[in-house]
Amino acid sequence: MTIEQLQAAAANNLWVNIQPEISMGVLALLLLVLEIFLPKKKALIPTISIVAQLGLLIGLLANFSPAYLGSTSFSGLLYHSSDGQYLRAFFLTCSILVSMLGVVALAKQKMPKIEFFHIVLVVSAAMMLLAQAANFVLLFVALETVTVGFYILVSYTRTNPLSLEAGLKYLVMGALSSGMLLFGIVMLYGVAGNPALVGSSADPMAYQAVSTFLAANPGNFLASVGIVFVLAGVAFKIGAVPFQIWIPDVYQGAPTPVTAFLAVASKAAGFAVLISLVYVFSPYEKLVTTVLSIMAGATILFGNLAALTQHNVKRLIGLSGVSHAGYLLLGVVAVLTVPQAVGSIYFYLFSYLLASFAVFGVMTHVAGSNDAEQDLDHYADFAKKRPCLAGVLAIGLGSLAGIPPLAGFMGKLMIFIAAFKAGLYPLLAIAIVGVVISIYYYFGWIKAAFFSTWRPPVPSGEVEAAGPAPTPVSLPMGVALGLLATGSVVFGIYQGPLAAWFLQR
Amino acid sequence: MFDHLLIAIATPLAAALLLLIPMPALARKVVAGVGFLMPALLALCVWAQFSVADAADYQFVTQYDTGLKDALGISLHLGLNGISLPLFVLAGIVGLAAGLYAIQSKAERPSLYLGLLLVMQAGLMGVFASIDVFFFYFFHEFALIATFIMVGVWGGRDRGYAAMKLTIYLTLGAMLSLIGLIALYHQSGAENFDLIALRQVIADGAINGSNQNVIFGLLLLGFGILVSLFPFHTWAPLGYGAAPSSAAMLHAGVLKKFGLYGLVQIAAPLLPLGVGHWSGWLALLAVGGNVLYIGFVTIAQRDLKQMIGYSSVMHMGYAFLGIAAFNIVGIGGVVLMMVAHGFSVALLFMLSTSIYHRTQTFDMDDMGGLAKQTPVLAAFFVTATFASIGLPGLANFWGELAIFVGAWKFSAVYTTLAISGVIISAVYGLRSAAKVFFGETSPALAKVSAEKAPTDLCWCEKIPALVLLAALLFVGFWPKSISEGVNTAVSALYSGK
Repeated sequence: MTIEQLQAAAANNLWVNIQPEISMGVLALLLLVLEIFLPKKKALIPTISIVAQLGLLIGLLANFSPAYLGSTSFSGLLYHSSDGQYLRAFFLTCSILVSMLGVVALAKQKMPKIEFFHIVLVVSAAMMLLAQAANFVLLFVALETVTVGFYILVSYTRTNPLSLEAGLKYLVMGALSSGMLLFGIVMLYGVAGNPALVGSSADPMAYQAVSTFLAANPGNFLASVGIVFVLAGVAFKIGAVPFQIWIPDVYQGAPTPVTAFLAVASKAAGFAVLISLVYVFSPYEKLVTTVLSIMAGATILFGNLAALTQHNVKRLIGLSGVSHAGYLLLGVVAVLTVPQAVGSIYFYLFSYLLASFAVFGVMTHVAGSNDAEQDLDHYADFAKKRPCLAGVLAIGLGSLAGIPPLAGFMGKLMIFIAAFKAGLYPLLAIAIVGVVISIYYYFGWIKAAFFSTWRPPVPSGEVEAAGPAPTPVSLPMGVALGLLATGSVVFGIYQGPLAAWFLQR
Repeated sequence: MFDHLLIAIATPLAAALLLLIPMPALARKVVAGVGFLMPALLALCVWAQFSVADAADYQFVTQYDTGLKDALGISLHLGLNGISLPLFVLAGIVGLAAGLYAIQSKAERPSLYLGLLLVMQAGLMGVFASIDVFFFYFFHEFALIATFIMVGVWGGRDRGYAAMKLTIYLTLGAMLSLIGLIALYHQSGAENFDLIALRQVIADGAINGSNQNVIFGLLLLGFGILVSLFPFHTWAPLGYGAAPSSAAMLHAGVLKKFGLYGLVQIAAPLLPLGVGHWSGWLALLAVGGNVLYIGFVTIAQRDLKQMIGYSSVMHMGYAFLGIAAFNIVGIGGVVLMMVAHGFSVALLFMLSTSIYHRTQTFDMDDMGGLAKQTPVLAAFFVTATFASIGLPGLANFWGELAIFVGAWKFSAVYTTLAISGVIISAVYGLRSAAKVFFGETSPALAKVSAEKAPTDLCWCEKIPALVLLAALLFVGFWPKSISEGVNTAVSALYSGK
């Protein structure tokens, strides 16, 4: 490489374009430094982290359409779009909420605490980059940063054997999925870089180059295998069948804020990648659609059926999350024929964020010191003891179940309309069966919290085995939960300009 | 501009929100009372101002954009035509009666109880005021959720099971009808949920026969589950048996009419070929299943509330027969019948709870001779039973008569069988009245009376009962008050089909 080439490459490194990600990284390092100086009074450093992130979020929203939108930077590694901006804000919001939940959850553990917030920041920054990736190298590096961060986060409460088990499972499964993803990428790289074939490229890692190559070579066997491997690798991240095996155990063992992080942010990251990959692989539409359709149907059915019998709420929400991945996959299948589907998926993710964090917020407060054991029985008489938290829980669960007038319903409606337009009738039928099944377990949870149940009388001399007492809600947390619940209601009724932004682009 | 319809929807909601604030009992009663009274008054006001000559067109029309107008063709479009007006009035009046009855009841956590009932009321007003099909569905679900919670928290025996069963059945029905509505939205090419726009597009024959069959099938199944079409009726008696009385009044009286209204206002006029395709099956299920089979099941009931639940399932059979007949007289009869049945079943549910308070049981075998102590209650109950059987002078008679006249052209056999159903309802209706009120005082009642002698209806029970009874008699003696508008609207929608 000559000096000129290096200079040309450097000139394309527009660092200012990734200012939010850099700020997150700097903030992450700053937290570690602050830990040395500042007194370890409770939640001082996390508060700094949360406030700084809020500032970043406001800055991002204020400057939502910077001049560089629609362009690439870092020699085509990144493509900046308004979708990317939305996802940046999405992951930043997740990061803030996870940090807030972390404050509540870690107070119940004897653990070093600051590193948790550090890793959350790094992982979020990687997700923000991931959402803008336009090159398989960056895709892989960013995805691995996310995954490695999660290895630590999942097994964070290392005194709890279930957390360690979860960490190990996530490590093994994550490594396997990364391997598959890499295998697929290499195959695509190999065929797209083969000079003997039409449309081959000198830079076969770029999305654009792969897409051009695929268009020029329909039905290439190696490319097909590569595509399937790449899709399988991503399917691991979103927990789609048949790659959902890790979900219940990992969701149960991981600390509740991390479960929330996995359920919302990690899944959204997977779908952001999937949507851009579906466009890249669009010349092989038939293959992609077939693979994703089978996955979507199986995922919806499996998630809902498996969640039916769960008593541990973390496993329940994990498996119900699998079914949500299925509904989202239904939208992804429709993406190639109905452009509106992308906006529908993003709205669904947004409503999913509002609802999930409301539920996880309540779960974090209900959980005792043993974070992995959160049973439906712990919610007995919850509505009488904590009416406000119970209300937030009901709104969150109702929104997840997809009941009007909550935002989750609008998300499902938009996806169903998109799927209908794409003519995916069998999948829609499966989705409806899934929704009806899901009512049983979501309402089972609401029933446990709201309806008074008969309990056997306690024999004299024995203390009734009650669940852990819910933690009191701090003011900022109360505001956050209130906002999430209100958001679910408001966006269910009035979508306003937001809907236009999502659906009319 | 003073938007009657939006205010009728918003007042109960606002009252429900206000009830979240802790307040003394009297203030609570006033807030809830205003929340229930406003929709009823506005409904009557709208009814008085409604121009019957133009009943085919929507009146009092207003439109609000919630952000999806351009993207998905969804907007809060409110208005009433000749078909929806009587149902809107029905919702207002039954809501008022149910609300008044709930305000004086001694439910636990009264603020939440009244709040949920107010949410139901808002949803009901919205269902019949919506021109937009999406919001029509949306408001229905709105009311449904409140119903689930009310059954689950304040319900009677088996409430947990009943609430779950109700939820799952009704969600299935709602989901199927949602897909049907999406199909209508997309297949018509209108890409619009607005009923007026849909009618314009579909008038040009935008949907071919086989698509019409599928879409109407979906809607019929979905709405059918919601209206307890045989064999998807099992949720109804169970749910009504367990539901607190005010919720049962609103659901059986008004909310259940959602499905029928959807079929009459939306599905049947837009998909005439689909109706023709399914009418044989529909009539078979309606007459063989709902009217005859459920009729006999009703006779066998011992539990008073379950019996009323089953009888309401049975009466839905007549409505389905009217839809299957698919002519102006039959469909007009369905609308009349929906209104009449709404008043009568609400009255019956309310009185059954009043009976329970006096006898401490719903089991009719343990009752008897109550009329001696509570003559007014007995008079109300017997009149409501007569209405439910379909005696002339009460509203239900006209609905059933029109349905039978309309159905005769469709099928004489089914109509004859359906008319014989009237005898079945006479059997169980009169038997229940006799068992509860007449004959010797039963040992169980004597035991209860020994502790605390049953008193007759108090004014807080009489007023809601009188409201409902007055409506039944009014429509019974002057059916033209609603039939004229219904006829104009139905003729415009169904002529030439």
